[in-house]
Amino acid sequence: MDITFSSDFSAYVAIADVTFIAFIAMTLAGGLVAILAKQLIHAVLGLILCLIGVAGLYAFLGNYFIASMQILIYVGAVSISMVFAVMLARPPAEVKQKSMRLATKIALGVIVGLFTAATVGSAVFAQHWSEAAKVTKGDTPVEIGVGLLTHNVLAFELISLVLLIAIIGSVVIAKRGRGTGTSVGGEEI
Amino acid sequence: MQIESPNILLIVVAAVVMVLYVFTNSAVLVWVERKVSAHIQRRPGPFEVGPFGLLQTAIDGLKLMAKQLIIPGKADKRLFMLAPVLSFVPPIAALLTVPFGKVVQVQNLDIGILFILSLAALNVLAILIAGWASANKYSLFGAVRSVAQNIAYEIPLLLSLLTAVLWMGTLNLGELVDAQGGFWFVFTPFGFVAFLIYFVTGMAETNRAPFDLPEAESELTAGFHTEYSGMGFGLFFLGEYTNMILVSAIATSLFLGGYNLPFVTLNGEGVLWELIRVLIFLAKAYFLIFVMIWMRWTFPRVRFDQLLNLCWKVLIPFSLVNLAAAAIWIKAVGG
Repeated sequence: MDITFSSDFSAYVAIADVTFIAFIAMTLAGGLVAILAKQLIHAVLGLILCLIGVAGLYAFLGNYFIASMQILIYVGAVSISMVFAVMLARPPAEVKQKSMRLATKIALGVIVGLFTAATVGSAVFAQHWSEAAKVTKGDTPVEIGVGLLTHNVLAFELISLVLLIAIIGSVVIAKRGRGTGTSVGGEEI
Repeated sequence: MQIESPNILLIVVAAVVMVLYVFTNSAVLVWVERKVSAHIQRRPGPFEVGPFGLLQTAIDGLKLMAKQLIIPGKADKRLFMLAPVLSFVPPIAALLTVPFGKVVQVQNLDIGILFILSLAALNVLAILIAGWASANKYSLFGAVRSVAQNIAYEIPLLLSLLTAVLWMGTLNLGELVDAQGGFWFVFTPFGFVAFLIYFVTGMAETNRAPFDLPEAESELTAGFHTEYSGMGFGLFFLGEYTNMILVSAIATSLFLGGYNLPFVTLNGEGVLWELIRVLIFLAKAYFLIFVMIWMRWTFPRVRFDQLLNLCWKVLIPFSLVNLAAAAIWIKAVGG
């Protein structure tokens, strides 16, 4: 298959490159804000910026469905619930934090980082991307729906089990809070 | 295979036109709102500036722009400035996919309705940031209420839209309108229930009375925008009116047959036909907006527990049953 481009295409390629770099920068900056911010709410907003950047990358890959789902679920629902929880909690500036020794912090960070890098990295390098790109379908809602209910039905059902456990857990915690007559965390808000 | 360049110029021009439309729309709607509210309350409303007080909004806009923008000392400055922009920009971007006519639609996305919903999710984020950054307890309460309200009404809203999407089998707004043709989705029993649920939750989405709890004046001063002056407040205001047109436009395209008349499909070619289609679409959308204004000045504000009870105990069960019934009907009868 010969692919030819119209004459003014290079300008658009430049625009696309700039957009791509902007999304990458957004994701990285958001991630950095999320871990470095002193105030918890800034951290959550950084996470939101990071997630929007990732959504932009999905859109850049041409999968608009996943991109808008990313924003709808992770920004619209998950992050909003997180901000809600943060606002109901006491400001972290007032809470005395148990300070960990710097060496312990670094050691723990390296362990977690290496573990994540190893798992994600092994998955990335095990995949034959050029072949995967040819056979991958599943960027329309219909294909995703069929995939979830046929090939990936076990994972799909397991996720709903996880959600069920989370709901039951939150109900249990909420009930215990009411029973003893204390508010969240035993602190006055 | 020849790959054509996307027409960026067209998109930029369309976006500028859309921004102009949003500003004009808000100016006119503010005037309409004041006139309608005045007539409901048996008073004349604005009538001094210009014929029928038509220029009142222009003067108000000038006043807002000339006002000093005060940022409270303890406020989180960057977030404080970010919030109004965040409440104003996403609805405009969402309007770019609304099919005002067969041709008058800036970008027909395959996931049109999802795109709009994901942008609408940012609205509550703007309110949250505004309320938190103001460092004021009334603002914070407004923001907290907004989130609790959002979690409650978002579910029936999505379920009612899902019913429409399931019925017509597409997420593309243009195709959704064409799939209805003259037989609007609201004429079917499932469509009717879904439309009612969508309209109620849509009113909550725009934070308007009777669901204006995040800015309940009598309890929270002005809720999340208490500390905003000048155009900071102005942008929230513009965002609210843009959200109104967005909610009505979605209702029009998913439930009221878009640019088609009842039982008549308008397929004519040419500028004149397109103009008629756009006018029909706008007439429906603005009628819905009129109903919203009408309800705002007729019903008292609900109490917070009443809103949550309505959403969790009435709207969610009804929308779930409606969705299931529609699905069974499609399977049994075949849509």
